[in-house]
Amino acid sequence: MAATGTVTARKAAWLDLDAVAAPSRAAVAGVRVAVACGIIGIWEALSASGLFFGDVVPSLAKIIPAMLGLLGQDVFWTNLQATAWETVAALAIGAVAGVACGITLGANEFLRKAYEPFLYYFSPTPRIILFPIMIMWFGIGIESKIALGALASFFPIALSTAAGMRGIERVLIRVGRSFRASGWQMATKIYLPAMRVPVLTGVRLGFGGGLITVLLAETKLSNKGLGYLVMQYYQRFDMATLYGLLIILFVLAGVSNALIGRWERAGR
Amino acid sequence: MAERTRLRDLAPITVGIASLAAIAVVAELLLLAGVLNRYILPLPSDVLVALVRLVREEDILSRMGLTAFEVLTSGFLVILAGVPLGVLLYRFRLMRAALEDWLGALAAAPIVLAFPLFLVLFGRGPKTIIIISFVYGLAPVVLKTQEGLTATRRVHVNVGRSLNMTPAQMFWKILFPSALPTIFTGIRLSWTFCLVTVVAVEFLVNLGGLGHLINELAERYDMPGAYAAITFVILLSMGFFIVLERIQSWLQPER
Repeated sequence: MAATGTVTARKAAWLDLDAVAAPSRAAVAGVRVAVACGIIGIWEALSASGLFFGDVVPSLAKIIPAMLGLLGQDVFWTNLQATAWETVAALAIGAVAGVACGITLGANEFLRKAYEPFLYYFSPTPRIILFPIMIMWFGIGIESKIALGALASFFPIALSTAAGMRGIERVLIRVGRSFRASGWQMATKIYLPAMRVPVLTGVRLGFGGGLITVLLAETKLSNKGLGYLVMQYYQRFDMATLYGLLIILFVLAGVSNALIGRWERAGR
Repeated sequence: MAERTRLRDLAPITVGIASLAAIAVVAELLLLAGVLNRYILPLPSDVLVALVRLVREEDILSRMGLTAFEVLTSGFLVILAGVPLGVLLYRFRLMRAALEDWLGALAAAPIVLAFPLFLVLFGRGPKTIIIISFVYGLAPVVLKTQEGLTATRRVHVNVGRSLNMTPAQMFWKILFPSALPTIFTGIRLSWTFCLVTVVAVEFLVNLGGLGHLINELAERYDMPGAYAAITFVILLSMGFFIVLERIQSWLQPER
């Protein structure tokens, strides 16, 4: 057994067909550190090589101080506040409208067939191109960014809620009925708890879509927000700060996404 | 019977389309009556007329060609790079354990926001748009390729083994065909990202194809034209997604 086993195992291992002993934590950490060092090394080499125009690929020795400096400035925090407010307002509007729409579509088969295809196929289109319309309707202030962000977060929330509504186990509903639950009790004890995870999935996707749409709209036309700040540093050609700001933005987006994801998993 | 089910499926679709038409008619009437402001919402009939004008005067077809070129180039580059990377990730378990989460984070990162950086690095041109779209679209193909290969059914693998297949045979006859539908799911996601990124960046930096046209018409305050161009791009994207989905369901084995 052992002798024939090794031959097959070796062959299989080439394609990783068998569960070869799972890699140790130390090895995983080692690879991560090596990859990170490799990327940093390539970056620094590019920066020093002069292949790109001066300062286009600044050394980390410039980016990190610029990033820390940015965190110490009021201009960062006031613009962060503007973006955060726009995103939260957009998400709130998108979530209320999305959940209402999702419940309606999830509860009624005819409405679902009539309108869900539109939502479904419209949902991934590039929403930023609706920005000119939003400017016409809501002006050039934060209202147009909120409107566009709300539009972006509405679709995933509506679709996910509708799918969640249809995915509720019939048994749960029958249990509620057999206990003669009132409409209110059915809603609060059966539907809402069962819908929590799909709605939160929608909120997480909607948050991502809303945030990036708000930021992109800010780069296009605005006088505050982190997207506006990105364009400021771009126009001043302050590359080190621009890289620093983008790193902060990626971290912020990642952390908030992970937080909502954790909340979502806690519901399971 | 078949006739009847068909009718039953058609009814809601008709209602859906009819309600869109009804909204347009109501908007037209409200605009004509002066309840809604024509400066912010053009007459739907004017938008329809503008659509014809876009084809004749604004060269929308060649712009569409440029956008399509950018989307397809980055889309195929994503496949060329992403599938082999996914296979490597599958092959080297340690790499997978170390880098899968990072790739997931990359897929979720708002890379498109870094467009000013790409402009500085690669200049203002279609090349830059293709590069941004490539970077944005890469992660789903890599992750889905790896996922598809990992999910190959043990029975199939064992059949291959009992036939004493070489690793190459194993890969091409068993693993790859089994992973193909999942890989295509990744391609569909990536191409969706690519289309959205290309149009968005064209719009944001005023460059090239359809996105640029929308910006230009809006800045000229040609409202019917801008609405028509936006409608056109949305319909085009919807068509693109429907085609991708058809291909995917065609590739999906019968369950």
